[in-house]
Amino acid sequence: MYGTRLRLLSLLTAAVLLAAFALAAFTAPLDADQGFSQKIFYVHVPMAIVALGGFVFGGIMAVQHLRTRDPSYDLKSYVAIHLSVVLGVGVLITGSIWAKAAWGVWFEWREPTLVSFLIVFLLYCTYQPLRFSIEDPDRQARYASVFAITAGAFVPLNFLAVRLADPFIHPRILNTTGGALPIGMKVPFYLGLLGMALLFTTLWKYEMTHKHARAQLRSLRRKLGGETPGPGRSAAPHLHTP
Amino acid sequence: MILAATLPDNAGYVAAAYLVFFALVLIYLAIMAAKLARLERELGELNELADDLVERRGPAQPDSVGAPREEVAP
Amino acid sequence: MRSRDAVGALLRKELLLERRVPQVIPGMALFSIVTYVVFRFGLDRTSVEGSLAAGVLWVTLLFAAMLGANRLYVTDHEEGGFDAFLLAPVDRTTLFVAKALSFGLFLVLVEVVAVPAFAVLLLGPGLGLGELWRLVAVLALADVGIAVIGTLVGALAIQTRARDLILPLIALPMLVPVIISAAKATAPVLAASGGGALPGRWIAVLGLYDLVFGLLAYAVFDFLLED
Repeated sequence: MYGTRLRLLSLLTAAVLLAAFALAAFTAPLDADQGFSQKIFYVHVPMAIVALGGFVFGGIMAVQHLRTRDPSYDLKSYVAIHLSVVLGVGVLITGSIWAKAAWGVWFEWREPTLVSFLIVFLLYCTYQPLRFSIEDPDRQARYASVFAITAGAFVPLNFLAVRLADPFIHPRILNTTGGALPIGMKVPFYLGLLGMALLFTTLWKYEMTHKHARAQLRSLRRKLGGETPGPGRSAAPHLHTP
Repeated sequence: MILAATLPDNAGYVAAAYLVFFALVLIYLAIMAAKLARLERELGELNELADDLVERRGPAQPDSVGAPREEVAP
Repeated sequence: MRSRDAVGALLRKELLLERRVPQVIPGMALFSIVTYVVFRFGLDRTSVEGSLAAGVLWVTLLFAAMLGANRLYVTDHEEGGFDAFLLAPVDRTTLFVAKALSFGLFLVLVEVVAVPAFAVLLLGPGLGLGELWRLVAVLALADVGIAVIGTLVGALAIQTRARDLILPLIALPMLVPVIISAAKATAPVLAASGGGALPGRWIAVLGLYDLVFGLLAYAVFDFLLED
């Protein structure tokens, strides 16, 4: 069952995110270079980190799927990647807004995190079309897992390569984390990171619960003798319940 | 207007960024809500189907009510 | 059958097919030269050097590779080569090794034509022996990466409906680290002020990339071939 503790998770997510953003808005000190626009950092960077984590998690689930052939792992992988792509859209938009506010341009090629994220995002945009264009569901699941594993391994490598590609010209936003972040900024940032991770988990569970419920509905319909409309072509994996 | 005067210059951008985040979450919720409504509808149809079956076959036996539940749980 | 013999046999088959009906290599080579012409007019320059030259060369080679990768599995897919291979008592990864090796070889043969053509048509500074050796080193490392990714993604794409479109869409983002490293490594070699030394860090990144994805593709290819 995926729906357990969903209510608790949702409330926790809301609480943590609210706390993080409130702290960011009211108590976090202003950045010397960028002033107020730096505050976007508290929503943009946690989203980016969680999205990338989601891609890697999707890869791990894919490994499990290929090892155990359990289709539920394929579903877990699919939902994680799908969610990360949605978050990725948010990352790119907020990143663009931040670039405009801080540097006056809508995209900055010299910001390595933004660039490597764009590349990863473009790659994962092909995941659903790939799935959709393979009709046989078993083959679709297998090929999707191969993609998820390869792309998951690509994420850190790409990050490294892009980071090396540009000399340190612009203030590297991510460089300020861990190292030079004052405590006033550290707390809302880590809280925001936790909140985003919780959000991801909550939404992930929501989708898994929904898909599982639909699978059970389908099986119930079959047992009661109703017509099951054929699954039709879909990019999403079907859970086969007896 | 007074609020706009006391806020720092870049507040518009910051607000926009956070609004984008919230918009994403809300759109996601809306999609989920639509899916939930569809689930509810299908469940209603299945209930009618079950009612038809009950009429035709007589009231359900305790066993047959229990069995599907066991199979379906993961 | 021993794996090495199997790889040898499969490789010979690939090369034989291409030798009998040469499609891929001449096509890729011609494409490269045509692309140089397009670049000449697109950039509105008659000569390039340094990082611009590196960019033109690598973009051309990469796109030519995308075209070639699309052809890798077409005959196998259409004429039942996959099924025939699955029946043979060999380790399935031998197909990956053979295909990657043959694709790599095709790339090298294309570069034998494309690089001199580039030097003649568009490159401003000359290509002395020293520069040539450095260029060859970068080409070799990059070719390994392109061959690995092209072979893996090709196998993925051949089973889909829009295979010619999906292969570049997946392979190009994955090859971005290769293009970053190759372009950065080649730029000083093609500089106007006489060839510079190869920056070591990009060679290292290329090597790391080849290693990681070589091993990954080797591990994962099996799952693409099941029925």
